[in-house]
Amino acid sequence: MTTLSRRVMGAATLGALAALSAAAFSLPAAAEEPLKIGFSMAETGPLAGTGKSALLAMTMWAEDINAKGGLLGRQVKLVHYDDQSNPANVPAIYAKLLDIDKVDLINSGYGTPIIASTIPIAMQHDMVLIGLFGLANNAKFKYDKFFGIFPAGEKPALTIMQPFFDAAMTMNPKPKTVAAVYPEMEFGHAIMNGIKAVASAAGLQIVYDQGFPPSMTDLTTVVRQIQATNPDIVAIGTQPGQSIAIVRAISEVGLKAMIVGGGMTGLQTPDAEGLLGEQLNGFVNFNIWLPAPKMQYPGVMDFLKRYQERAKAAGVDPIGYYMAPWAYADLQILSQAVEATKSTAGDKLGPYMHETTFKTLIGDVKLGESGEWANPRMLAAQFQHVTGNDIEQFKGTDKLIVLSPAEYKSGDLIYPFQDARH
Amino acid sequence: MTVTYPLLINAVITGLLMGGFYAALSVGATVAFGLLDIVNIAHPTFAVIGAYAVLVLNRTFNIDPILAGLLLTPVFYGAGTLLYRVYYHFFERRGDDAMRGLAFFFGLMFLAEVVLIILFGVDFRYVQAPYITTTLNYGPIALPLRLAVPFAGSLVMLVALELFLKKTFIGHAIVAVAQDPFALRLVAASPVRIKRIAFGVACASAALAGAFIIVIEPLQPAVGRDFIGRVFAICVFGGLGSLPGTVVAAISLGLVENLTTVFIGPSWSPAVAFGALLATLAWRPSGLFGRS
Repeated sequence: MTTLSRRVMGAATLGALAALSAAAFSLPAAAEEPLKIGFSMAETGPLAGTGKSALLAMTMWAEDINAKGGLLGRQVKLVHYDDQSNPANVPAIYAKLLDIDKVDLINSGYGTPIIASTIPIAMQHDMVLIGLFGLANNAKFKYDKFFGIFPAGEKPALTIMQPFFDAAMTMNPKPKTVAAVYPEMEFGHAIMNGIKAVASAAGLQIVYDQGFPPSMTDLTTVVRQIQATNPDIVAIGTQPGQSIAIVRAISEVGLKAMIVGGGMTGLQTPDAEGLLGEQLNGFVNFNIWLPAPKMQYPGVMDFLKRYQERAKAAGVDPIGYYMAPWAYADLQILSQAVEATKSTAGDKLGPYMHETTFKTLIGDVKLGESGEWANPRMLAAQFQHVTGNDIEQFKGTDKLIVLSPAEYKSGDLIYPFQDARH
Repeated sequence: MTVTYPLLINAVITGLLMGGFYAALSVGATVAFGLLDIVNIAHPTFAVIGAYAVLVLNRTFNIDPILAGLLLTPVFYGAGTLLYRVYYHFFERRGDDAMRGLAFFFGLMFLAEVVLIILFGVDFRYVQAPYITTTLNYGPIALPLRLAVPFAGSLVMLVALELFLKKTFIGHAIVAVAQDPFALRLVAASPVRIKRIAFGVACASAALAGAFIIVIEPLQPAVGRDFIGRVFAICVFGGLGSLPGTVVAAISLGLVENLTTVFIGPSWSPAVAFGALLATLAWRPSGLFGRS
């Protein structure tokens, strides 16, 4: 009896397994396999603040598209790993994504060095790659399936500084002299070249051109040195910690000039805005998107409302103007191309992406021959009437007035600089 | 560019103020490296840990950052003595305390940075205090309290430490252990215990130095690396183990950095400052106040 029962049980088990296998094979593959998009992201390390904001926005995009039925009839799954803000981790992450996770599409992580490490992998696999916030990454690779999500075009340093100088040249009397200050590093020198090019085109004389060591703790002496040259324009190109240091030094010295700012990265984040508060008044700095009336593209304000509700709980950038809509738009472009070509293959997606103008949260995006934005769109905005250190005041455009380009202008420049400091 | 009187005098003042801060940051390394022969390369990172602890106290209890640093000194003293026990057990006792000890503190530095990143993230952190955004103006002279308050705090700390070393039995024993540990046993003092206390004192100074860091600049986990070169240069320049030497070396470094910025350009300030250090060491290999 016992033997018989075991045989019966064994046969029943085998039968059940066979039936399950048959059922599994009879289902369409699409219903089982999600469409996987793989990427690395800075979830720790120096880029993590912005990286985590991007990740939240991309997760929201995946939820939104899955709620609408997915992509090519398949649910979308984001497969991502922490690159620790370190480009050296990128090759191993993408090897895993492509060889083990078998992702259908790839995207880049955040930032120029990370993207630079990802492009050769995309080239090797002949896949389309969208770089998230890189500066002229494709200048050397010239890969025809690379595209960039950052509105700086092919000459980013020039594009970053141009709106600042455009705003400066609206002043009356016209400025004549420029002081340029930047850290002694690749970024600083690139910005310096941009300053020189724009200043030269505007007929301005550079009276101060000095780099400072990136590890310099206090910049008050540098600012006093600038003041001694009495420039009309003080053009600054700095990275986040340096931007904070120079804003503090300028406040302590009481710098007098007609206009101050330019390419100060980091001041677009609530961290810096909360720290510096009123000390930011008067600075004119580059931005990539602000909720100025003419930049409220369809869907963006609704997205930001949803993002801001989740960002606080997630402990990421609670305002999100700097990165969130761009990360969402990155995947909007990719998905629109996939839907239009009904393919995930690089040779189908690449040509389509070069030809098409995409409708996204951050407006219409046309990608040029190099894959960068065909029509760069950097803004210059001035901090005005900031009071205290509450970061809530930086929602909206009351405290950040868009000055340039003219088509997005939301207010007038307050000058000279010291008049805007109150 | 013309160097005006206000530019020059303000550069000197900024150099003095920064020098005082550098001295506070270096004094712990001077005690560890100069007196105990422990190459604690993680000392600036300990100060960064102190700065984060100050941040927590400031945000949680609204305590003034400098006062918070002072309150943390006993905690850091205790942590320092524990750390010395580990270091003694695994390295010094075995007699392989030079390179392996350096590797130990190097590893500790990276470990501490990773833990800080996990706990606090990589965003810039800061504290609020009325003096951080206040600048006193006396004619052409500007005195930013963001630098002046840490400078004053540094001087008080350095004087207290010098008095401790010069006026107390433990202080004498710490100086003695650097010269002759065997002789110290003859007065019934354990060199290991004395070194443990001295290392605790060095770590306690990092808590206050951390408070000065977060007052002077926004904080992120890797900021300690900016100071490693300066701290050890000051230790050597001042003469290993000499507190007055540390103060003179730190203020000299601050002055040279700022005057170089004025006369030559900011890019040159590290090169000229370290060049001056090398020239001094060529003239006095044991540093300004070191015993030849």
